Amino acid sequence: MFAFILARLLQSVPVLLAVAFISYGMFAFVGDPVTAMLGQDFTAAERQAMIHQLGLDQPFYLQYLHFLWNVLHGDFGLSYRLARPVGELIAERLPATMELAVSAAVLSLLIGVPLGVFTGINRNSALARGLMTLSLIGVSLPTFLIGILLILVFAVLLGWLPSFGRGDVVHFSHWSTGLLTSSGRRALILPAITLGMFQMTLILRLVRSEMLEVMRSDHIKFARARGLSEHAIHFHHALSNTLIPVITIVGLQLGMLIAFSIVTETVFQWPGMGLLLVQSIGVADIPVMSTYLLLIAVVFVVINLVVDLLYFAVDPRLRSQGGR
Amino acid sequence: MLRRFLDSDFAYAFRRSPVAVISTLVVVVVVLAALLAPYLAPHNPFDLASLDLMDSLKPPVFSADGDSAFPLGTDDQGRDVLSTIMYGTRISLEVAVLAIGFSLVVGISIGLLAGYAGGAVDAVLMRIVDVQLTFPAILIALLVDGVVRALLPREMQEALEIDVIVFAIGISRWPQFARTVRGSTLIERGRDYVMAARVIGISSARIMISHILPNVLGPVLVIATLNLGLAILDEATLSFLGVGLPPTEPSLGTLIRIGNNFLFSGEWWITIFPGLTLAAMVLSINLLGDWLRDALNPRLR
Repeated sequence: MFAFILARLLQSVPVLLAVAFISYGMFAFVGDPVTAMLGQDFTAAERQAMIHQLGLDQPFYLQYLHFLWNVLHGDFGLSYRLARPVGELIAERLPATMELAVSAAVLSLLIGVPLGVFTGINRNSALARGLMTLSLIGVSLPTFLIGILLILVFAVLLGWLPSFGRGDVVHFSHWSTGLLTSSGRRALILPAITLGMFQMTLILRLVRSEMLEVMRSDHIKFARARGLSEHAIHFHHALSNTLIPVITIVGLQLGMLIAFSIVTETVFQWPGMGLLLVQSIGVADIPVMSTYLLLIAVVFVVINLVVDLLYFAVDPRLRSQGGR
Repeated sequence: MLRRFLDSDFAYAFRRSPVAVISTLVVVVVVLAALLAPYLAPHNPFDLASLDLMDSLKPPVFSADGDSAFPLGTDDQGRDVLSTIMYGTRISLEVAVLAIGFSLVVGISIGLLAGYAGGAVDAVLMRIVDVQLTFPAILIALLVDGVVRALLPREMQEALEIDVIVFAIGISRWPQFARTVRGSTLIERGRDYVMAARVIGISSARIMISHILPNVLGPVLVIATLNLGLAILDEATLSFLGVGLPPTEPSLGTLIRIGNNFLFSGEWWITIFPGLTLAAMVLSINLLGDWLRDALNPRLR
C-alpha cells in the first residue's frame, strides 16, 4: 500500500515539473515582462535593474530553478492587468469557484442517482424513455447555452432568480461564502444547475447501465428468493453495488467541473477563478494564465491520485496484485 | 454499386432507425444551408451598404410587429438573423473541419512514429499523450489560444483569427488520434508485408507512409468524424468566451455572445436562434455518431 502511494507520487513529479516548465516558458518568453512591469516610462538603468531583479540575466536553468523556488514559496509574480500579486488574486477567487463546483457536484448526485435508479428499474416505461432522451439533449447542449436558456426563463421572463453575481457573501478570514445569506443562496441556484447539468446526465446514464447489469446478477435473484421487498432489493442490494464506478467517475469529473466553471462563471459573471482567467486571456495577462495552469495541474494530479487510492480501497483484487 | 449499397444490411439498419434518418436530415439541411449561404441567404450580412439601422432589432416574423423580409428578426446593426446564422454556421463548420484535419495530421504522424520506432521514442511520446489527456481539451485550447495571441504582433492578430483558433482546437485534440494510430501501427509492424518491405531495403519513412498508413487509417477516421461535433462545440465555447472569432467574422458562438447582451432588454431572438441551430447540429452529429458506432459494431447486431 505504502509502496503504491509512493510510486504514484513519484510518477506525478515529472508531470508537475513539465507543466511548471511550460508555465515558466509562458512567463519568460511570451510578451515582454520587463516592459509589463515597468510601464511606459523608464530609463535604461531602470530597465537593467529590473532585468537583474527578475533574474533575466541569469542562465536559463537557473531562471527555471528560481521560478520553481518562488512558486514553492507562493510567489507567482504580479498580474500585468491589476498590478497585484497573482497568488492573492487567486486566493480571493478560489472560494467562489469551489462553492460553485461542489454545489454542482452535490446537485448532480442528488438528482442523477435517483433518476438513474428509476430509469434502470423501469426501463421500458414511457417516463424512463423520456428521461433518457432528455439526458441525451443534456449531453449535447453546450454549457453556455443551458445557462442562457435558464437566465431567459428564470431571470428575464419569470424574474424569480438573479442572473449574475454572487449575492451577499460572508467573510471568514481567507474564505468567503454565499451560503449563509439568502441572496447568496439564490444567486447560486442557476449557475450550479448550469454547471451540474452535464454531470447529472452522465451520472444518470452511468447508474442506469450499472443497475441494468446488477439486476441480472445472482445475488439479486437470491435476494428475491429470500422474499425481500422490492425497495430493499433496489436500494440496498443493487444500488450499493453500482456506487463504486459512480464514485470514481464523480471524482474524476470534479476536475472537469473546475474547467467548465470557466464557461459558467462567464455566463453568470460569477466572481471566481474561471472569470479571472478569461479576463486575463483577453489582455494577455501571462502571470495569471501560467499560475492558473500550474494550479489546475496540481488539482488534476491530486484528483487522479485520490481516485487511484479509492480504487485501491474499494476493490480488494487490486490489493493482492499491485500491492507488492 | 449504389444498388448494392442500398441492399446492404447497413442501409437496411439505417432505414429502420428513425433517429438515424432524422439526424442525417438535420445535418444535411444545416450543412447545405451553410455551404450555399451566399446563394440561399435572404441578405448578405457582411455587405455594409445593404444594412439599414432602421431595420435594427426587429422581432421574428411570427410576433406582432415582425417584418416578412427578416424571418428570424434582426440584430442591433440591422443584420438579418437568419442570414447571419447561415454564414455563421459556415464559419463554425470551416473551423471545426480544419481543426480536426490539423489534429489528424499531428496525431497520425506522432502515432505512426511512436508505434513504428518503439523504445524510448514511443515511451516519451506516449507519456506526453497521457499527460495531455488528463486535462480537459477545452482548457488546453483556451490556454493555447491565449498564448498564441500574446505571441503574435498586434497587426497580424486580425488576419490570423481563424488560424489561431484552428491551431488551438487542433492542438487540444491530437492525443487520442495518436493513441489509436500507435495501437494499430504496433500490430501492423509485425506483419509480413512490413518485414518484406524492410528486407528489400525500403526506407523507414516510406514504409510508414505508403505501407502502414493506409492500413491504420480506418479506425482513426471514424473517431475523427465523431470528434467533429466536439470541435464545433469547442469553437463555439471559445468564441462565446470572447477569445475566439470576432464580431466581424462571426461564428455561431460569436453570434450567441453578441446576442447575450440583448437578452435582458427582451431581444431574445438574437441569441436563441443561433443557439438552437448549434444545439440541433451538435445533437444530430452526436446521435448519428452513436448510431454509426453501434451499427458498425458486429457484437451489438
